[in-house]
Amino acid sequence: MKFRNYLESIQGIDIYPFIGLILSFTVFLAILIWVWKLDKNQVKKMKSIPLDLNENENSK
Amino acid sequence: MSMPEKFYYDNKIVKYFAIATILWGVVGMLVGLLVALQLVDPSFNLGNAYTTFGRARPIHTNAVIFAFVGNGIFMGAYYSMQRVLKTRMFSDTLSWLHFWGWQSIIVAAALTLALGYTTGKEYAELEWPIDIAITIVWVIFGINMFGTLIKRRESHIYVAIWFYIASWVTVAMLHIVNSFELPISLLKSYSWYAGVQDALVQWWYGHNAVAFFLTTPYLGVMYYFLPKAAERPVYSYRLSIVHFWSLIFLYIWAGPHHLLYTALPDWAQSLGTVFSVMLIAPSWGGMMNGLLTLRGAWDKVREEPVLKFLVVAITCYGMATFEGPMLSLKNVNAFGHYTDWIVAHVHVGALGWNGFLTFGIFYWLFPKMWKTQLYSKNLANVHFWLGTLGIIIYAVPMYFSGITQTLMLQEFTDEGVLKYSFQQARDAVWSMQLARSIGGTLYLVGVFIMVYNLWKTAAQGRFQDNEEAEAIPYYSKGELNEENHTLHRRIEARPMLMLGLAAIAVAIGGIVEFVPAFLVKSNVPTITSVKPYTPLELEGRDIYIREGCYTCHSQMVRPFRHEVARFGEYSKAGEYVYDHPFQWGSKRTGPDLHRLGIRYNESWHYKHMYDPTSVSPGSVMPPYPWLYENEYDASQISSKIKAMKTLGVPYEDGYEMIAATDMQNQAKEIAEKLKAQDKNIKANPNKEIIALIAYLQRLGTDIQKKEQVALTK
Repeated sequence: MKFRNYLESIQGIDIYPFIGLILSFTVFLAILIWVWKLDKNQVKKMKSIPLDLNENENSK
Repeated sequence: MSMPEKFYYDNKIVKYFAIATILWGVVGMLVGLLVALQLVDPSFNLGNAYTTFGRARPIHTNAVIFAFVGNGIFMGAYYSMQRVLKTRMFSDTLSWLHFWGWQSIIVAAALTLALGYTTGKEYAELEWPIDIAITIVWVIFGINMFGTLIKRRESHIYVAIWFYIASWVTVAMLHIVNSFELPISLLKSYSWYAGVQDALVQWWYGHNAVAFFLTTPYLGVMYYFLPKAAERPVYSYRLSIVHFWSLIFLYIWAGPHHLLYTALPDWAQSLGTVFSVMLIAPSWGGMMNGLLTLRGAWDKVREEPVLKFLVVAITCYGMATFEGPMLSLKNVNAFGHYTDWIVAHVHVGALGWNGFLTFGIFYWLFPKMWKTQLYSKNLANVHFWLGTLGIIIYAVPMYFSGITQTLMLQEFTDEGVLKYSFQQARDAVWSMQLARSIGGTLYLVGVFIMVYNLWKTAAQGRFQDNEEAEAIPYYSKGELNEENHTLHRRIEARPMLMLGLAAIAVAIGGIVEFVPAFLVKSNVPTITSVKPYTPLELEGRDIYIREGCYTCHSQMVRPFRHEVARFGEYSKAGEYVYDHPFQWGSKRTGPDLHRLGIRYNESWHYKHMYDPTSVSPGSVMPPYPWLYENEYDASQISSKIKAMKTLGVPYEDGYEMIAATDMQNQAKEIAEKLKAQDKNIKANPNKEIIALIAYLQRLGTDIQKKEQVALTK
C-alpha cells in the first residue's frame, strides 16, 4: 500500500526526469526565440487589451 | 464584420468577493496580532485550548493565505477576466457556488482548527472532508473560468489570464498530491507518506502554495490592475511572456530549500538551492516589468494612493524574491532557518506584496464599481503610511531577532561549552517580539481606516450589479484565419492546450523530485533499532499534532556542532520511517524536541506541561491544563493501528486486537513512575498527559537503543 510500490512497477521510470528536463529546456528556448521574433504590432495590440476603451470607461 | 454584441459584466460577485476579502483579512490579521502577543506574554493564550498558540497560529496562517488572499484572488480574477475576455462569467450559478462554497470552507477551517482537528502539515492542516470540499469548489472555479475562456469575445488571452490558468492547475495538483491521507474517522486522518518522503511532498506543496497561491495569481492581478491604475500598458509584453513561462517552470522545483541540512538526501537539497537561485531572474524580471510600467508616470505616484500601494507592493515582491533565493543558499539558510528571520521574510511578502496589492486594488475598484470618487484620499494616504511603517516596524525587529538568536545559540565559550541557554537566547529577543506586535498593530489600524474609507465610498456611490458593455465576437472579425499562423498564437488562443502545457511545465519539477525519493531505497537508509510507536505513544503523538506543537518546536537536529551540543545526536532519515505525518517543524520558538526522550524524567514533563514556567523560568510556552482533565480516547486505537499497518508500519498481525491492553499497561507504568519520582504527583493513568509523556519520552531514543545494543555486543 506504500506509495513507492506503485512507482516501482513502472518500467524504466528513471529516464522520465531526463526527458522532462530536456523537453522543458527546449520549450523555454523556443519561447525565448518566439518572443524575440514576435511582431511589434501584435505585441502592441495584446498589451493594450486591459486598456481597451470598449470597456465601460465612462463609468469612471 | 458583424455588429457588436451587448452583454453585462457581473459586478455583484466581485463585490461579494471584495467584502469577503476585507472581512477575512481583518479576522486573519487580528488572530495574527493575538499570536504575536502570545509570544510577548503567554497570558494572551487566554487560558483555554481553542485560543492557544498551537491552534491559533494555523488559524492565522490559513485565514491570511486562503481566506484573505484567496478571496482577493477571486475578486481580482472575476473582475479582470470578464473585462479582458469581453464577456460575462460563464455561469452565475457556478460563480455563487464558488463564492459560498469557499466561505463555508473558511468557516469550517476556522472551527476545526480551533477544536484541534488538524493533519499537522503546515498550511495544509485541514482534515480530509474539508480537503474534498476544497477540491470540489476548486473544480467549480475551474469550470467557470474555462467556460468563460471558451465563450470569450477577445481572441488573444491576455497574460493575466495565463497566470490564473497556471495557478489553477498547479494548486489543484499540489492540493491533491499533498492531501493523500487515510481517514480514521470523520475528522482524523494520517498522511499516506512518512518521514522524509512526507517532508519532501509537504514542502513541495508548502513552497508552491507560496508560489501558486500568493504569487502567480497576484501577478495576474498585477498585470491587469497596474496598467489600469497607471493608465498605460505594461512596460514589456514580451518580458511578461518570458516571466510567465520561466516562473511557473522554475518555481515548482524549489521546495527542498525548506529542508536544507535536514535528513533529506543531499541531491534533493542541492536541487532546491539551484532552482531557487535561478528564480531570481524571472521574479526580478516581473518586478522590473511592474515598476517600469510606471515610467513617465512617477508624478502620479506622488498623488495617487492607489499607485503608492502598488509601488510598495511590487517593491516588497522584489525584496522577498531576492531574499528567498539568498535564504536558499546553504550557508545563509544554516543561519536563518528556524528563526524569526523567516518570519520577517514571509511578512514582507504577505503584508507588503499581498496586503498592499490588495489594498491598492480596493482603492481603485470601489470608486469604479460604486461609480463615485474615493471618499477620502487623505485617509488612504494615512493608511499607506501606517501600513508602510507597520511593515518596517514588524520586519526590522524580526530580522534582528533572527540574527540575535542564531549568533547566541551558536556561541561557545573558550572551554568549548555552549555559552547561552536556549532560554537566554529567547529572553534577548523579547523586546523585538513586542516591537513586532506594535508594527502589526499599526498595520491593522491602517486596515480599519481603509474599511471606514471604503464603507463611506460605497455609501456615497451607487452600485450597479450588472454593468453594460459591448464587443464584437472575435470569430466574426475573422481574426482566427488571418493571424493564427504562429505557434504561440495557436497555443495561447486555445485555453485547454495552454492548461495542458502549463500542467506539464509544473508537473516535471515535482516528478523529478519525487520519483527518486520514493524509489531509491538508499535515500532513506533503514535503522534496525527504529521500531513503530506503541499504542500509547501513537495516541500521545496525535495529541502533540492536535495541539500544534510543531508550530514552535522542530524535530530535526541539524548536523552542526552547536545543535549537537545543545540537543543531542543529529537526526537521520531512517528515524522517521513510521512518522505519518512527519513533524519536523519549521520554526524554533522553543527548542528542538527530536532527542527530548533522553533529557528529562516523567515528572519534569508532568510539571512542565501544567505550568512551563515552574521548571523553565521565563518560558513563553502556554500551559496545557486540559491535558490533565481530559481522558485520552482509547476507543479508536485499534483503527489507528490498523490504518498504520495499511500505510506500511510493521505491527504484528492482529496487534490491533491487543493494542488497547498494551496502552493501559504502559499508561499505568508511567503513572507509577511519576509517583515514584515525586510523591506529590497523583497521576491518573487515563488522562491525556500520560499519553503525551509516553510520546515525548520516546522521541529520538531508538538510536540510543542501537548504541546500547552495539555496546552489549
